[in-house]
Amino acid sequence: MMEAKRKWDVKKLGPLIGLALLCIVLSILSEDFLTMNNWLNLLRQVSINALIAFGMTFVILTGGIDLSVGSVLALSSAITAGLMAQGVDGFLAILIGLLSGTVMGVLNGIIITKGRVAPFIATLATMTAFRGLTLVYTDGRPITGFASDDIMFQMMGRGYFFGVPVPIVLMLVVYIVLYVVLKKTTFGRHTYAIGGNEEASRLSGLRVDRLKIYVYALTGTLSALAGLILTSRLNSAQPTAGTAYELDAIAAVVLGGTSLSGGKGWIFGTLVGALIIGVLNNGLNLLNVSSFYQQVIKGAVILLAVLLDRRKEA
Amino acid sequence: MKPLIDMRSIQKSFGSHTVLNGVDFEVLPGEVHALMGENGAGKSTLIKVLTGIYERDGGTIVVNGREVHYRHPKEAEQDGIVVIHQELNVIPTLTVAENIFLGREPKIGRTGIIRHKEMEKQAASYLRRLGMDLHPRELTGQLSVGKQQMVEIARAISTNAKCLIMDEPTAALTEREIQALFSIIRTLKEQGIAIVYISHRMEEIFTICDRISVLRDGQFIGTKRIEETNFDEIVQMMVGRQIGERFPKRSVTIGKERLRVEQLTKKGVFEGVSFSVRAGEVLGVAGLMGSGRTEIMEAIFGARPFDEGNIYIDGRPVHIRSPRQAVEHGIAMITEDRKQKGLILNMSVHENLTLPKSEQLATAGFIQSSKERDIVSSFIQRLNIKTSSPDLAVKALSGGNQQKVVFGKWLAMNPQILILDEPTRGVDVGAKKEIYEMINELAAQGVAIIMVSSELPEVLGMSDRVMVIHEGRVQAILENNELDQETVMRAATGGN
Repeated sequence: MMEAKRKWDVKKLGPLIGLALLCIVLSILSEDFLTMNNWLNLLRQVSINALIAFGMTFVILTGGIDLSVGSVLALSSAITAGLMAQGVDGFLAILIGLLSGTVMGVLNGIIITKGRVAPFIATLATMTAFRGLTLVYTDGRPITGFASDDIMFQMMGRGYFFGVPVPIVLMLVVYIVLYVVLKKTTFGRHTYAIGGNEEASRLSGLRVDRLKIYVYALTGTLSALAGLILTSRLNSAQPTAGTAYELDAIAAVVLGGTSLSGGKGWIFGTLVGALIIGVLNNGLNLLNVSSFYQQVIKGAVILLAVLLDRRKEA
Repeated sequence: MKPLIDMRSIQKSFGSHTVLNGVDFEVLPGEVHALMGENGAGKSTLIKVLTGIYERDGGTIVVNGREVHYRHPKEAEQDGIVVIHQELNVIPTLTVAENIFLGREPKIGRTGIIRHKEMEKQAASYLRRLGMDLHPRELTGQLSVGKQQMVEIARAISTNAKCLIMDEPTAALTEREIQALFSIIRTLKEQGIAIVYISHRMEEIFTICDRISVLRDGQFIGTKRIEETNFDEIVQMMVGRQIGERFPKRSVTIGKERLRVEQLTKKGVFEGVSFSVRAGEVLGVAGLMGSGRTEIMEAIFGARPFDEGNIYIDGRPVHIRSPRQAVEHGIAMITEDRKQKGLILNMSVHENLTLPKSEQLATAGFIQSSKERDIVSSFIQRLNIKTSSPDLAVKALSGGNQQKVVFGKWLAMNPQILILDEPTRGVDVGAKKEIYEMINELAAQGVAIIMVSSELPEVLGMSDRVMVIHEGRVQAILENNELDQETVMRAATGGN
């Protein structure tokens, strides 16, 4: 028994060791890598993917998947930007933007649970539809120049909180809250249970459908939050924003050691996974690797991580 | 007669834990040899050592007069030793013939093009030889479990198997399928094929086997010819002590009616089902598999919709549309398939035990871990669950202990009505007795109990009344005084 336990611990450390190795190699190859400036920049970039990936962790733990996160991000950003362009107060616009993300998530959840559509198919459909709605709403053009004087909105992407960029603060706060939720609450416990065995959970009297809807709503809300950070940083809402973000989020979750079949995983792994992707992007940029090769390398790293994980299980 | 398989002084340890300690096991051609022992006695390890999944630490294995060291089950299969697992290995989307010849399809030269006609002809001849009522072109997924098992046997025979190792082969079969399996086993015997038969079902073993070998705690206890031994001796060999009466007696005063079901109907599945259970009573439910008994229970528990009918609890009508509502009304259900429907296998004993109760144990959604730990340790003790730690994943436990976890998780919510569907399936003799005692204890506390079981001795040994289901209808409700198996069986097959 002891042996089994120790193995599990090593397995948990795997992603962290990978991240450390990556950092060591990059700090040798590039003297800019370990600077404070670079890390604040890196973490700011990571925060967007991490926020989406945190939600994705819950979805994947229940045995589902959410492909619509990038489109949710784009549509909720466009809504917020559009409202502000019409003179709506920044705080209210942010609230409505987040809420629109929640509503889109709830819609995903309802289609999946009440409509009994496989999560992959359901969110593939809403991914397309939400993207379409974004293009309709923006007429295919970016919304710009709407928030030059709104402090609240400016803060989201570009502000500092005791010297730490606000996106990083948001990422850490959300991480801590969700870590506690997953570890200490019935919501977290039931998320694992449903992913581990949905039928047994239902027969144990758990509200399976309701919990799944909440989980997709959470992911929708966090995607909207990530979108607001992005929009604030760029000071514009792009109709094509967030394209393929679902892939980075899923990659972060998988790199962190969460099982795609559900029921097994942890959110700390996702944070580390998002950092690995972020460090890789950042490092390859510093080393002037062409963006074409960057994709090849990222793909190879994901594959390598999963293969190593498989080896440990055998 | 020269043995087909001769294993001598087999040793196997995992770390410091000795799993097999000097086990002898011999199989003769054409015999049916039962391998018995409680869960954890070392039966599966012995088979895994034989077929090369585990490497032995000591001892010899001689097959057909030649010492062997298999490194992979494939090598054992080449020597004609084939295991038929409890979870069948057929591909449901392929036909019977395609399954039998999977990986060995007759082809046109080396083109990879399959000679379907030839394959079906050969499959048909195997099926005929084994007396199996199957067509080569039938889709395997549409067959009953019993027939899928036949496909697997046919595949083994087509590879020239000399010894079939069958692990709990009747666990998922109906009475009629069991009889069909036994007649196939007799045919195989006549053709000189040996069968190693692993099962907990005593009645079957005394019906079909020639010899019985018993393991206990990794030790070889002995081999007996069937006509030289009896039920009690075998049980004693297995548990190493007298376990006393197989079905413990209970003295309970039966109280007032707890649950009444009236005219429960789901078109095409069950119809007009009416019965009642009183506090402290055990109502046994007998019926062939597929008779609708499980479906009726799932409908009462809210896990399956029904068209018509009423359910009353303590005289008041209730509307139960989900398991959650059933739980709120004090109904618990221990499902027949604990791995699929009862447990979250990757989760710990602790987390499984508190799952239905987790919301009551939480304050504002936060789990009160100290409160949980107290409940968990009290249940581990009360049910005598053998686990090294409450945090161990439940899949690491033996079948009997897993079943105790399922019991514990429902007992934690103090149910008033307890539905048990096959409560002792795949559970060894010792744990069975503990489960029976638990049922009696609950009845004594005034819980109304419905117990569905395929094992007639269990139904007769435990119930106050027996309800017999036949093709979705209540065929009879019998008072259990001096009730015999024949009477129940007759009703279950549609007679009176």
